[in-house]
Amino acid sequence: MPETKPVLMQGNVACAEGAINAGVRFYAGYPITPSTEVAERMAARLPDLGGVFIQMEDEIASMAAVIGASIGGMRTLTATSGPGFSLKQENLGYAIMAEIPCVVVNVQRMGPSTGAPTAPAQGDVMQARWGTHGDHPIIAFSPASVYEAYYLTVAAVNLSQKIRQPIVMLLDEVIGHMREKVLIPETGRLMVEKSSDKVPADWKPYDDKGVTPLVPFGFGHYYHVTGLFHDQYGFPTTDPPQVARSLDRIHEKLDKYRDEIVLTNYIGHKEPRVAIVTYGCTVRSARAVVKKAYWQNRKEVGLLSLQTIWPFPEQEIKALAKQADVILVPEMNMGQIVGEIERHVRGEAEVVPVNRYDGEMITPDEISEAVGRWLS
Amino acid sequence: MGNRQEILLTGAGGQGLILASIVLAEAAVNDNKNVVQTQSYGPEARGGASMAGVIIDVDTIEYPKVANPTVLLCMNQASFNKFLPKVKPGCVVIVDSTFVTGPFQEEYKIQTYPITQTAKDELGREVVANMMALGVVNAATELVDRDIFRESIHKMAPKGSGELNQKAFDVGYRLYEHGSGQNFGFSAQTTE
Repeated sequence: MPETKPVLMQGNVACAEGAINAGVRFYAGYPITPSTEVAERMAARLPDLGGVFIQMEDEIASMAAVIGASIGGMRTLTATSGPGFSLKQENLGYAIMAEIPCVVVNVQRMGPSTGAPTAPAQGDVMQARWGTHGDHPIIAFSPASVYEAYYLTVAAVNLSQKIRQPIVMLLDEVIGHMREKVLIPETGRLMVEKSSDKVPADWKPYDDKGVTPLVPFGFGHYYHVTGLFHDQYGFPTTDPPQVARSLDRIHEKLDKYRDEIVLTNYIGHKEPRVAIVTYGCTVRSARAVVKKAYWQNRKEVGLLSLQTIWPFPEQEIKALAKQADVILVPEMNMGQIVGEIERHVRGEAEVVPVNRYDGEMITPDEISEAVGRWLS
Repeated sequence: MGNRQEILLTGAGGQGLILASIVLAEAAVNDNKNVVQTQSYGPEARGGASMAGVIIDVDTIEYPKVANPTVLLCMNQASFNKFLPKVKPGCVVIVDSTFVTGPFQEEYKIQTYPITQTAKDELGREVVANMMALGVVNAATELVDRDIFRESIHKMAPKGSGELNQKAFDVGYRLYEHGSGQNFGFSAQTTE
């Protein structure tokens, strides 16, 4: 194990540092609160590492630059918040279709529109899933601590490269802006899956058989890149079997690597009567509740925190619904992931939303009260 | 949970309270404690009320926001008026009497020190009032080992200003040792 030393670090900075340690050397973005510290850190660090930092004219161009750099062989990152995430959607869809790796950080603030720039919210969960058009696969991670912001970014960069799939890091203002003590490894040792390694002799850019490694432009292979449905060599096609096969293929990647993609964590009672399911900063409040209710008072309470929200951890939710009578879903929005949970629970447990959308965190007391109502 | 300390640093935007909270958090990390630092961002950070919170605990810290302050620092009147009613009477309240004139209700443990005035008169630099305030707070509460705190200040200060900031921190200790309510003949404080 690399040597570690406790440091005080901010969530946004942890994202940037995680990306750098996973080999990201290209950042293009347009600063926006509450994500600006990601750009600041990348701007400070990348030039010394031989990397490139560009402040683009807007978020659309930033996303385009990131895609261009990726296809040129760099590991890339961009960061934004709600309004900027809206602008990135079209090019995000392009990257998904053309299977170009990249990591997009969205530090959520209150919306809609410019909303409340400095207030935390979790309102972009469904946007992360369906913000770009068409039947696309997406991966979204949602860290609940500065440490998770670090290691999930490392995982995102490597995974994105490995399966050639854009990944969204869905932070919120609380996690992005807070500083806490973290133990992280020294720099430069977390890069796996080099892009042009292991290229078979019969390499095709979009091989029917499954994921092929990305060979960057200029490395001896000529191929076509397009947002149109394309054949194995990247050339446009409207041939129905090829179109369907192409769409199946980009979804199958996520099924095949599910174990590496879907990350959840359960704490609390083995057979909970009341289970809490949440993600992002709300996990912090829920953990405080479970610590008290279960570890101190042995109540039948548990918490399933979702580091991965897309693809949705349906197996884990189904298993939980078999044990728990009630699933509480605290979210800092008007109820987004709760619908997804209901869809998979199919009435096996009562699903109860706990929502707050006034720009403040959900407190442990609010969750505790809801838990108490169902335990008695 | 008895070890959990929740420190709220409040005042006007520009008094350096967010920086002070980061320095305090850094010192706590160097002292091997768990720590979470948060702040209020937004329009109020530019001239209006500014607020930063630090939670220090030996246990892991889950909920990151300050809910029940055990230490409250008020560097101006507006923040004193706003935050005092939100703390429990047992909370240690430290007030810069340069800007806060009261009322100092008896049910609270309020200590007053002319922090900014002393920074101006003794060190000639009002900007180090935040480090002086940290000196007072740490002297009153012993949150972090004093030497570790001083080292952390030196490490985090801009080049060339490490010693000035450490000195301000030490003067904060001296203010505390002189005792609350000592006016040094120039405080704007009216009660007592």
